[in-house]
Amino acid sequence: MDIHEYQAKEVLSNFGVGTAPGALAYSPEQAAYRGRELGGEKWVVKAQVHAGGRGKAGGVKICESEHDIQAACEDMFGRKLVTHQTGPEGKGIYRVYVEAAVPIEREIYLGLVLDRTSQRVMIVASSEGGMEIEEISAERPDSIVRSNVEPAVGLQDFQAREIAFKLGLEAALIPQMVRTLKGCYRAFRDLDATMVEVNPLVVTSDNRILALDAKMTFDDNALFRHPQISELRDKSQEDPRESRAADRGLSYVGLDGNIGCIVNGAGLAMATMDTIKLAGGEPANFLDIGGGATPERVVKAFRLVMSDDKVQAVLVNIFAGINRCDWVAEGVVQALREVQPDLPVIVRLAGTNVEEGQKILAKSGLPIIRAGTLTEAAERAVGAWQNDLTQATRMRAVT
Amino acid sequence: MSILLNRDTRVIVQGITGRMARFHTKDMLAYGTNIVGGVVPGKGGETVEGAPVFDTVKDAVAATGAEASLVFVPPPFAGDSIMEAADGGIRYCVCITDGIPAQDMIRVKRYMMRYPRERRMVLTGPNCAGTISPGKALLGIMPGHIYLSGPVGIVGRSGTLGYEAAAQLKELGIGVSTSVGIGGDPINGSSFRDMLERFEQDDETEVICLIGEIGGPQEAEAAEYIRDHVTKPVVAYVAGLTAPKGRTMGHAGAIISAFGESASEKVEILSAAGVTVAENPAVIGATVARVMGHAA
Repeated sequence: MDIHEYQAKEVLSNFGVGTAPGALAYSPEQAAYRGRELGGEKWVVKAQVHAGGRGKAGGVKICESEHDIQAACEDMFGRKLVTHQTGPEGKGIYRVYVEAAVPIEREIYLGLVLDRTSQRVMIVASSEGGMEIEEISAERPDSIVRSNVEPAVGLQDFQAREIAFKLGLEAALIPQMVRTLKGCYRAFRDLDATMVEVNPLVVTSDNRILALDAKMTFDDNALFRHPQISELRDKSQEDPRESRAADRGLSYVGLDGNIGCIVNGAGLAMATMDTIKLAGGEPANFLDIGGGATPERVVKAFRLVMSDDKVQAVLVNIFAGINRCDWVAEGVVQALREVQPDLPVIVRLAGTNVEEGQKILAKSGLPIIRAGTLTEAAERAVGAWQNDLTQATRMRAVT
Repeated sequence: MSILLNRDTRVIVQGITGRMARFHTKDMLAYGTNIVGGVVPGKGGETVEGAPVFDTVKDAVAATGAEASLVFVPPPFAGDSIMEAADGGIRYCVCITDGIPAQDMIRVKRYMMRYPRERRMVLTGPNCAGTISPGKALLGIMPGHIYLSGPVGIVGRSGTLGYEAAAQLKELGIGVSTSVGIGGDPINGSSFRDMLERFEQDDETEVICLIGEIGGPQEAEAAEYIRDHVTKPVVAYVAGLTAPKGRTMGHAGAIISAFGESASEKVEILSAAGVTVAENPAVIGATVARVMGHAA
């Protein structure tokens, strides 16, 4: 789960990380008022969306008067911000953060991630702050400092000092940097984060170290023990199809194609998408309904997949292991009777009692296109979709 | 001797009184797995399917001589159960549980390091379907009847995709020596490399089938190991050709976040190491058959 910049800054400042004074606003008027409250002569107004690359996309504005703040916000509110991380549909701006501008001496990159190679938390830092980490590793790989944290004892002072010295910080700033690094690590560990990124972490001309931007991602599997973090979820920043799926306990990722997929198991779901692509189609989604594939879950899955207007055919691929195919087939039939889809449905069953399952599908009288193998299923789905397209074009030509 | 488990391996089930655990305990006993007990704190003295339940792993090991354990404990408590198994003298542990916090697994892995290598428990999973040596024993939730006994060692992240491969092999009359699920989590007990090492040394395994997916460095690490140390032919399939970057595809670990983590990059790395890659999941079985010299 992702949270907003202003939320991440509040979390980090509770762990002793320095931030600039700032305040949240839900309207241009409120933003202008926040500017006056904060005082000073220069502010930075930042659109709060769950995506990086806001600056280049026009989501960050420097303002020198209350009037400026209001004008900048009027441009932002209600608009979709499209950055290289959001996809073409963008993310809605419903909140802005107004922050006092600070005099920047230098910019540092700081990131904490779960490193799968060492199976530990890794701190990644670079003297080239402000650039994205992908750019840094492409253009200035030598500037990157990495350090793994021993989970039994946590981040030690000497490790934090090593990082600080390698970044070329002067001696007077080392204790502040150690405090910042340890604060970020403690926030990461105590709150079950999977990513903390402070980019840039700045040194101001009056020698303060401040998190000027902050991003945090949390482990969904650990939210049960952090109710205060769960509350920070902002559904306006999620794909509505994915929010609906998550609320129904299904694992769903929306894509841009038009063949909807309903599969049991994550690996098989990815493999099914791949087969569709190899057959010349494009999958509309990833959907894992879990090993069980109960009738209720199949119904939910159909409703979810068909709520996507782009979907023009649905491919169901279930490997019945412990469950039997006849039971899964009953579920599919029940789901189709309930949902009554008006588009081609291709069903491939495999595993235990596959013949009985096929019989149930055939006897149902429903217009189900059956397939024996994975390839056959994908080819029939792509074929049905193309056929549907030709028919639609013909219809249009007639009218 | 198959890898990791055989007909005689004495097995306990942690969390045996749960609904799913009871169901699968019955299934495993029917398959021939030597289940000698279970562990549920506070339920010592009960029995499940004839197996005695103990309060602690240490009690269970002392009473039954258990060597292997299957963890069926809910996510908030599963990490703790794995550590209890490691400390209680269990040699091989399979954790089925999906949804364990990643940092719990970091602590579990660190905890296991406190035992010297010769006493250190082997863990596969979490978030896997388990391990099966067909005709001998089943430690997990997979349907036993889709596996024939034979010379192919399977190691994969995904449950149902592993079933798909085993079923395709069975269709072609080809059997499996052992199939191991290493699970779909970012921090897992054993890697592809760990299992390749075992298959390479296993007399019963002639061909290895590796089923990977997007995310993480373990396929690339496996490729390097295969190039330098594996003499047996390896067939691989990598799922997630169509997966977008930066999105988690069901498995917590299935996310492309760095260079070399996409399916096409992994395919390239594995091919360069001499692995025969099946481009399409529908032909995993046929590709294994071809490598073995069977008429596919």
